[in-house]
Amino acid sequence: MAAAFDEMKGQDGGVRPAYGELARWLGEVPPDVLDYRRREAELIFRRIGITFAVYGEADAQERLIPFDVIPRIMAASEWRLLEKGLTQRVKALNAFIKDIYGAREILRAGVVPDDLIFRNPAFRPEMSGQPVPHDLYVHVAGIDIVRVDADTFYVLEDNARTPSGVSYMLENREIMMRLFPELFSRHRIAPVENYPDELLATLTSVAPVSASREPNVVLLTPGVFNSAYYEHSFLADKLGVELVEGRDLFVKDEIVYMRTTQGPKRVDVIYRRIDDDFLDPLTFRPDSVLGVPGLMAAYQAGNVTLANAVGTGIADDKAVYSFMPAIVKFYLGEEPLLKNVPTWRCREEEHLAYVLDHLHELVVKEVHGSGGYGMLIGPAASKVAIEQFRAKLKTAPKNFIAQPTLALSTCPTCVEAGVAPRHVDLRPFVLTGRDRVRIVPGGLTRVALKEGSLVVNSSQGGGTKDTWVLDG
Amino acid sequence: MLSRTADNLYWLSRYVERAEYLARILDATQRLSALPLAYVGTSNEWESAVATAGCAAAFFKVYDEANEENVTDFLAFSTANSSSIRSCFESARHNARAVRTALTVEMWDAINGTWLELQRYGNGPTSREEFSRFLRWVQESSLRYDGSAYRTMLRNDAYWFSRLGVYIERADNTARILDVKYHLLLPENERVGGPLDYFQWAAILRSVSALTAYHWVYRDSLKPWLVADLLILRDEMPRSLASCYEAIVRNLDAIAGAYGRQGPAQRQARGIRTRLENSRMDGIFQRGLHEFIGEFITENNRLGAHITEQFLI
Repeated sequence: MAAAFDEMKGQDGGVRPAYGELARWLGEVPPDVLDYRRREAELIFRRIGITFAVYGEADAQERLIPFDVIPRIMAASEWRLLEKGLTQRVKALNAFIKDIYGAREILRAGVVPDDLIFRNPAFRPEMSGQPVPHDLYVHVAGIDIVRVDADTFYVLEDNARTPSGVSYMLENREIMMRLFPELFSRHRIAPVENYPDELLATLTSVAPVSASREPNVVLLTPGVFNSAYYEHSFLADKLGVELVEGRDLFVKDEIVYMRTTQGPKRVDVIYRRIDDDFLDPLTFRPDSVLGVPGLMAAYQAGNVTLANAVGTGIADDKAVYSFMPAIVKFYLGEEPLLKNVPTWRCREEEHLAYVLDHLHELVVKEVHGSGGYGMLIGPAASKVAIEQFRAKLKTAPKNFIAQPTLALSTCPTCVEAGVAPRHVDLRPFVLTGRDRVRIVPGGLTRVALKEGSLVVNSSQGGGTKDTWVLDG
Repeated sequence: MLSRTADNLYWLSRYVERAEYLARILDATQRLSALPLAYVGTSNEWESAVATAGCAAAFFKVYDEANEENVTDFLAFSTANSSSIRSCFESARHNARAVRTALTVEMWDAINGTWLELQRYGNGPTSREEFSRFLRWVQESSLRYDGSAYRTMLRNDAYWFSRLGVYIERADNTARILDVKYHLLLPENERVGGPLDYFQWAAILRSVSALTAYHWVYRDSLKPWLVADLLILRDEMPRSLASCYEAIVRNLDAIAGAYGRQGPAQRQARGIRTRLENSRMDGIFQRGLHEFIGEFITENNRLGAHITEQFLI
C-alpha cells in the first residue's frame, strides 16, 4: 500500500494552500491549549447529551463519539467537483430504483443481473409497479467519500436507506465556533447551519399531491433506545416537526394520523429513521412494535410520503454498488464524475479466484453489511484471521465483495503525543426534492483515531471532525 | 401537540416535584429524630416518613424495621422503590430524553445535569453531613428545573401540561402529609405550646417549606388548626390545596381556551376548587379532617385520570 496522501502536507511535504492558516495556527498554539479545548468540547458534548449507543456493549449505554478539534479543510474548487459528482450520483440512484420497481429496463438490457435484485433481501416486492409521490425514492443520501490523492475521490458507499450523522456535522460546527472563534475569523468558511431548512424544504416538496398546502411532516424514530435517538430528536427540533414513535401514529381508511392532545391530526410526510422491516407489522416483520399497522396500505394508496421510500436498500448492496458506474451511464448517458472503488464480486468465479489468492492485500466486505462489522482488512489481519475468513468466504462467496486496500487520505489530528496524521473519510448529505438537489457544503468527516487504522466507524472507535469548505 | 409528549412533560414535572417533596420529608424527619426523646416522644419518625411518602406497603415488603438507615436508603437511593429520589430523577431524565424537542435547552440542562450529578452519589452518602448536602442538592435541582421551565418555556400547551403535573403532584403531597399527621392537628388535641407537638407541627410545616410563611401569615405561635388552615385553605401559601387548585384550574382553562373545548378534566378541577373555596376550617373539623383529606386525595387522583383520558392517550 502506498503512503497515504496527507490533506495538509500533500505529497511533497509543503503545506497545501487551503491549510495555510491552519498550519500557521497549529504552529502557534501551545499543545496544552489544544488539549484543554479538547476536554472542554467533550464536556459540552456530554452536557448537551450528544451520545450514541454501541450495540452489544452493556456497560456503555450512552457513549460519546470522540471529537477531534482540528478541522478538516477543503478548497472551494475541490468541493465544486464533489458537488457535481454527488448530484449526478443521486440522480442515477433515483432513476435506478424507480426503474427496478417499474419498467426494469436496466435488467432487460442486461446491465445489472436479475438475481442480484430479486434475491436481494433489501428488495421489496410490495413496491413493484407501485408509484411513489413525484417518482422520488432517495430523498436523503449520506454518500461516503474517500480520497486517495490530490485529485481522486472514490465513493465508498451510497447509504440510500436512513443515513445518520448529520447532527454531528451541525453540532461539530457549533462547538468549533464556540471554542475557536479566532480561527474562524482567519478563514471564510461556508456555513452548514441551513441544513435543517434545506431538509424541511425537501420534505415538504415531496408531499403527496392530495396533501394540504402546508403539509404535516413528522420524523419517525424507533425511540429512545435507538443508537441514533439523539440525532432524531435534534433534527425534529431543528426542523420544527413532531418527533413521533410508531405508537403515536395510526391509520384509518388508508390515511395516517397522529394522536395529539386535540385529537387525531393527519400526517402527510414521514421522514422515517426506522428500517423497512419495522415500518408496518402487517406487511413486514409481524413482531415489530416500532411501526404502524396499516402504514403500507396508506403509502400504497398514495396518501402519505415516506422519506426515504421503501425498498431503497437494494442500492446499498455492495454487489449492486459495483455496477454504479454502468448505472450512471445507463440512465444519464454521462461518464461518472465520482469513481467507484474497483470491486471484485465474489459471486463471479474469476473474481473469487483472484480474491482468494490476494486476501492478504484486500478488504473483503459482506454485501449486506454496514457499520464496519464483519469485514476483513487483509494487510492488517493475522494469518489465522485470514484463514478463518477464507473458509467463510468459500462457503458463501455470494455474500462478499472485495476491494483493494485504499490508502485513505490523512488529516492532522490531536492524539496522545500531540498532533499526528490520521485517516479520514467524508459523508456529505445529499437532499433530493421535487424541485432540485440540495447539498450543504461539507458533511461529516470521520477519523480513525488509532494510528494506521483505516476503520472510521464510530462503532469501531472512530471519531469526528468539523469539515470546512472554504468559500471562494 | 402529541399526546405522548404532553404525557411525558406532565410526568416529568411530577417526578421532579416528588423528588423535592421526598427530600423535604427526609430533612424534616432527620431534624425530628435528632431531638432528645423528651421533645418528641417515642413515636417512630422514620416509620411516619415512609407513610408520608405513601409507600409504607412497599417498604415493609423489603424491610422489617423502619429505622434511619433503611428509610433513607429506601426513600432516597433505592432502585427497587420506583418512587425513591433516585428513581424519580432517573424517570424524569428518561422522560426528558423522550421529549427533548419539547424542552428548552435550560430545562434539558437542568434535568440532564441533575442526572449526571446523581451518578456521583452512587449508593448513598457516607455521613449525615453528606446526606444533608444531598437533600439540599435535591431541592436545588428541583428549583432549577422548575425555574427553567417557568422562565424559558413558551406559554403554550406544553407549558400548561407541565405545570399541571407540578400542581397535581404538589396537591397530592400536601394532602398526604395531612393524611398521616391529621391526628396532631385536631383541635381537641389542644395542648397549646406543649413541647411534644410543637416540634411535630414545625416538622409538618418544614416538609412543605412553610415554617417561615406561617409566622408571616398568622403572626402567632404554632397552633394546630392554623397549620391545617395554612396547608388547606390559604390561597397565598403556594403548597396549600387551595393554591394548587387555583393554579390547576388556571392551566386547564388555558388549555380549554387554546383548544376551544371544555371537558371532564376542567369540570372536575372547578368542582374541587369550588369545594375548597366554600370550606371553612371549623366546618372541616366538624365533619372530620381525616375524611376531608381522604376525600380530597381521591378526587385529586380522579382529576389525574380525567387529564390522562382527555389529553394524554
